[in-house]
Amino acid sequence: MDTQNSDARSVLEGPDIARVLTRIAHEIVERAKGAEDVVLLGIPTRGVFLGRRLADKLEEITGRAVPVGSLDITMYRDDLRMHPPRALARTDIPAEGIDGRLVVLVDDVLFSGRTIRAALDALNDIGRPRAVQLAVLVDRGHRELPIRADYVGKNLPTSLRETVKVQLAEEDGRDAVLLGAKPDPEAAEQ
Amino acid sequence: MMRHLISAADLTRDDAVLILDTAEEMARVADRPIKKLPALRGRTICNLFFEDSTRTRISFEAAEKRLSADVINFAAKGSSVSKGESLKDTAQTLEAMGVDAVVIRHSASGAPYRLATSGWIDAPVINAGDGTHQHPTQALLDAFTMRRRLVGRDAGIGQGLDGKRVTLVGDVLHSRVARSNVDLLHTLGAEVTLVAPPTLLPVGVESWPCEVSYDLDSTLPKTDAVMMLRVQRERMNAAFFPTEREYSRRYGLDGDRMAKMPEHAIVMHPGPMVRGMEITAEVADSERCTVVEQVANGVHTRMAVLYLLLGGNEPAVTHTRTEGN
Repeated sequence: MDTQNSDARSVLEGPDIARVLTRIAHEIVERAKGAEDVVLLGIPTRGVFLGRRLADKLEEITGRAVPVGSLDITMYRDDLRMHPPRALARTDIPAEGIDGRLVVLVDDVLFSGRTIRAALDALNDIGRPRAVQLAVLVDRGHRELPIRADYVGKNLPTSLRETVKVQLAEEDGRDAVLLGAKPDPEAAEQ
Repeated sequence: MMRHLISAADLTRDDAVLILDTAEEMARVADRPIKKLPALRGRTICNLFFEDSTRTRISFEAAEKRLSADVINFAAKGSSVSKGESLKDTAQTLEAMGVDAVVIRHSASGAPYRLATSGWIDAPVINAGDGTHQHPTQALLDAFTMRRRLVGRDAGIGQGLDGKRVTLVGDVLHSRVARSNVDLLHTLGAEVTLVAPPTLLPVGVESWPCEVSYDLDSTLPKTDAVMMLRVQRERMNAAFFPTEREYSRRYGLDGDRMAKMPEHAIVMHPGPMVRGMEITAEVADSERCTVVEQVANGVHTRMAVLYLLLGGNEPAVTHTRTEGN
């Protein structure tokens, strides 16, 4: 998370992000034929904020409140033993549970696909959804696992030498997707 | 980097709060149908119990299994230790078997420190109670229980126990729980008062970061949490108080005494309770008594400690131990 990266180029601004989320919300309603059994689960940190925003939009469209929660995947990461343990983030499963429902995972950036694999494992321990779908704000490519998103805000072809950083008002004070040059090889993940 | 958890005094405030916050997330796992996380899959943890303790051992074992670790239980009774094997030989055996961590309970103060620093074994060492010295995970679970009850489950995240007044009553002299709690509660910003007969206070208690009083009745009205300590008759080799009745009258907690406490105040006990002496049944069974909660919280807190020390390639908590400590 390098805010000092001054040559970062903005590829999506606040209004773009709002439009993109509205489109994804409509796509969810269309594919789920009304979104009656949809549960949104955001992946911390920014996926949770995006999940809440999507839930608001779904409520506007369908007139019904959509359950929304968060799913921390830290314990399920496959690189857990390569770094010091991270602080855990919040897992909040809506009271309705996820059994037999359509779970839409929400994240900010889809990259290697390993986070989503971990999320699928985590879901396995919590219940058995009818189906799982994935919504991301940005798909930057470079998948290392056979995983693809069902709803993509923006496809952003990148090089591995670039970083994609999502800023959201709830956490960063403004909405933007920034594309920058990677400062050093160590920070490849972000 | 802190590889071991030997003493509650080793923890910085940030580390202690991190452990309590992590424990809060671990507690959520207990509400799920599948109470298991994969964080320690493939790691082997040995519970090395040279002193009997069903409660602490089961608590550690539950925590280890919920994190998917492989568990080896070693009780000294009936083992080679009763045939005269030394701590060093036991440690080297465990090292040769490739154990990834050792949870040790020993009747000798300092045994876990010796195990951690002697070079006999490379694995992280977690102190599960040593003599009259320390019991850091007990202090952490007590702090967790206090934070939940006095600050709030969600409001407590990221918080210490600043300004909370905690009174520890009873056999401080023989109590590792008291020592660990004084250290940790002070680190977390609480004001601690020890109440005990002068014979059951250790030499040098005036240098501890707490107040000392001999009068329970005047302390109770300004207390947010009162922790009754067990009178450890098995460690007593002399007469420390005249009679049980006398002790009970001056330092026991009954309904009348409990009524002097503020309404939000809680009653804690590390267990096992001696009903009728330290605490009456009326108090032990009341809503304000957190003994059963403390047991449940013990599993969450130990899961947090194990995850933070063993979950990654290096521990997430820092090291403050000074030379010669």
